[in-house]
Amino acid sequence: MCLAVPGKIVSIQVEEYLGLRRGQIDFGGIRKEVCLDYTPEALVGDFVMVHVGFALSIVNEVEAHRVFAALREFDLLEDLETPGAG
Amino acid sequence: MRYLDEYRDYDSVQRMAQEIRRVSNRPWTLMEVCGGQTHTIVKSGLQELLPASITLVHGPGCPVCVTPISMIDRAVATALLPEVILCSFGDMLRVPGSTQSLLDAKSLGADVRIVYSPLDALKLARSNPQREVVFFAVGFETTAPANAMTVWQACREKLSNLSMLVSHVLVPPAMEAVLSSPQCQVQGFLAAGHACMVTGYEEYFSISRRFRVPIVVTGFEPLDLLEGVLMLVRQLEHGCAEVANQYTRAVAREGNRAAQERVSEVFEVTDRAWRGIGEIAGSGLRLRETYRSFDAEAKFDLQLEDPTESPECIAGLVLQGLRRPYDCPAFGTRCTPDAPLGAPMVSSEGACAAYFHFGRSKDDADLYMPVAAANP
Amino acid sequence: MPTFTCPLPLPTRERILLAHGGGGRLTNQLLEEIFLPAFANTALEARHDGALLSVGGARLAMTTDSYVVQPLVFPGGTIGDLAVNGTVNDLAMCGARPMALSAGFILEEGLAMDTLRQVVFSMRDAAMMAHVPIVTGDTKVVDKGKGDGIFINTSGIGVVVAPGPIGPQSVRAGDVVLVSGDLGAHGIAILSVREGLQFEGPMLSDTACLWPAVEALLSAGIEIHCLRDLTRGGLSSALNEIASAAGLHIMVQEALIPVSAVVRGACELLGLDPLYVANEGRFAVFIAEKDADRALTILRAQSVSAGAVQVGMVHERKSDRSSGIVTLRSRIGGHRVLDMMSGEQLPRIC
Repeated sequence: MCLAVPGKIVSIQVEEYLGLRRGQIDFGGIRKEVCLDYTPEALVGDFVMVHVGFALSIVNEVEAHRVFAALREFDLLEDLETPGAG
Repeated sequence: MRYLDEYRDYDSVQRMAQEIRRVSNRPWTLMEVCGGQTHTIVKSGLQELLPASITLVHGPGCPVCVTPISMIDRAVATALLPEVILCSFGDMLRVPGSTQSLLDAKSLGADVRIVYSPLDALKLARSNPQREVVFFAVGFETTAPANAMTVWQACREKLSNLSMLVSHVLVPPAMEAVLSSPQCQVQGFLAAGHACMVTGYEEYFSISRRFRVPIVVTGFEPLDLLEGVLMLVRQLEHGCAEVANQYTRAVAREGNRAAQERVSEVFEVTDRAWRGIGEIAGSGLRLRETYRSFDAEAKFDLQLEDPTESPECIAGLVLQGLRRPYDCPAFGTRCTPDAPLGAPMVSSEGACAAYFHFGRSKDDADLYMPVAAANP
Repeated sequence: MPTFTCPLPLPTRERILLAHGGGGRLTNQLLEEIFLPAFANTALEARHDGALLSVGGARLAMTTDSYVVQPLVFPGGTIGDLAVNGTVNDLAMCGARPMALSAGFILEEGLAMDTLRQVVFSMRDAAMMAHVPIVTGDTKVVDKGKGDGIFINTSGIGVVVAPGPIGPQSVRAGDVVLVSGDLGAHGIAILSVREGLQFEGPMLSDTACLWPAVEALLSAGIEIHCLRDLTRGGLSSALNEIASAAGLHIMVQEALIPVSAVVRGACELLGLDPLYVANEGRFAVFIAEKDADRALTILRAQSVSAGAVQVGMVHERKSDRSSGIVTLRSRIGGHRVLDMMSGEQLPRIC
């Protein structure tokens, strides 16, 4: 439905005419100007999800690691369930 | 690339798939709603990692597939107007209308340009004051904020030569349409994570309750999709039907308030026809009265014949997960990416194109384990 | 486009589309349905980048290519670099030492002389790098608005140095597939300056002369079964052309296919698949598995192929299926058919 790609905010400018927030976003080495008006609290260094030139959400770093903690839990559970064959 | 590569890691994916195999005892039919999710599933061959008892069915979440043929015809007719520059995302250029696609119109001299963002159409309007710039505004809730902001800006700049041909659709009504069909066998949904970035997932609680189906808001990388499947299967195996969020790194329960406000300022909900499915009440967006001057349908008064859909195309059944692409007699013969009969064969995320490109048919399974299966 | 209800083979389209030039399925349709029937001859039917001719005992290769890229100047090169390297590389893919080039220009009325100079100077430099003289040429001018600044056609003659036949017919089950470096740099460099898509970054076209790498393999006595430069339609189209011509099953490993971070970033952003993005200085090699390590060492000693890696293998085409096919083992271990692209790959949002 909608391709949204995570990129890192490298710089932020505010356009005088309409007061719109623009940011330079880095996607693994290439840079594109993106509108940051929908993520007013985003700062330089944050990662944002970008779709058709607009940042729509700030990547939650803590949550980003949650799935890997869950994966480690599977291993622990498995060791408990089959102690012998661990 | 950060926040992408980690969710494509081989070992993590195998570990998640193993956990799915461990907890699934009965057969389940699940639908991934969004075309982007379909793309990842088919492109990475993810189905192979799932137990055979789990069937993934592709949903209606691909704007290319569901945009009505009459809208394609209108875009083609508008593009052929001499004063018009028709801007569109690349996805829409090959979609067949009744007689032509936008690419066909381009070969007849129409000024059709591919843009990455609606803001690019705004720039074109500023730099071409003597031309009429029309942006083909298709997409789901994820794309609406971008189009809303573009219209809002153009209005502030009093630009009179930019307009939008709006064909916006909404996910929840489409899910309800799928669930209300008597032959629906879908038992759980992987909801479209990027649309929920904007809208949040409050709306899904009533659907989950009324139809007693679990709904998991899911991301787009292999590990996301597998974790989404795991969360659905766990609920189903325990008879639960709740809404849960797998894509917590990008989606908050209430979504993006600023985006929602701008969208409701510029657009209003309306009934929309979905290609292959038909009219669904309250399933789309249109420009509000105050922004009528930006509505290309109102601005360009065009007489269009009734749209004609290929009689053979079973897109509707495929989009609702009631048929697989290779169940269609025309699949791969009369209907191919070069000469698509219906939209799902055009978009690289349409179910039919995905099957054509990424896995011809059921009995091609021998392809995957070649004679000398050397796995360096 | 009539609605297709009768089972007759699809009629050729009534009109040329941009996609016919994209190097994918529609380009092949033109070749199979219009050009080959009209010009039927064995040299052409080999469907290889260059034609092989024998003239008084000498084995020659001949090739021609036209260049219509926009913009004329892009990060890492100009239409002039492409015009020389592209044709020299087609000769190299026949295992032929490039000997001489011709250059035909179609200039649009009003083209800035400075632009022409810049393009011609880059042709001069590329020809010098490839040690190939431009020995003949022609220039025509078209009315303003009837051209795109500059169109260039170059033809090339070379002397076949390779002992055995190089082409799909020499590919065998059990062969390995090598690529000479990271993929997609040229296509992304062009896209980065195309109107409506601008993005910045260290994109540079990979346009380069491939002959030094091919020559190194040949002089080391490596038995080369097939060579193919990975231009329009990228690695996938090249592999599909070879698989179908050879009637074999080529399987590649996504995890082994080299793509730079910059190209990956651009492809993620625009929804493109690097396996279909054009290159102008990369080629694929099909050789016996026993020669793989030696060939990789030789290639990596040449700057143009310093990033050479093995990406896959050739298998027998099982069961009754006659037509060749290409499959990919994905990064996560699943499989898919890597199909010939139909028309041009367009940036997508969903």
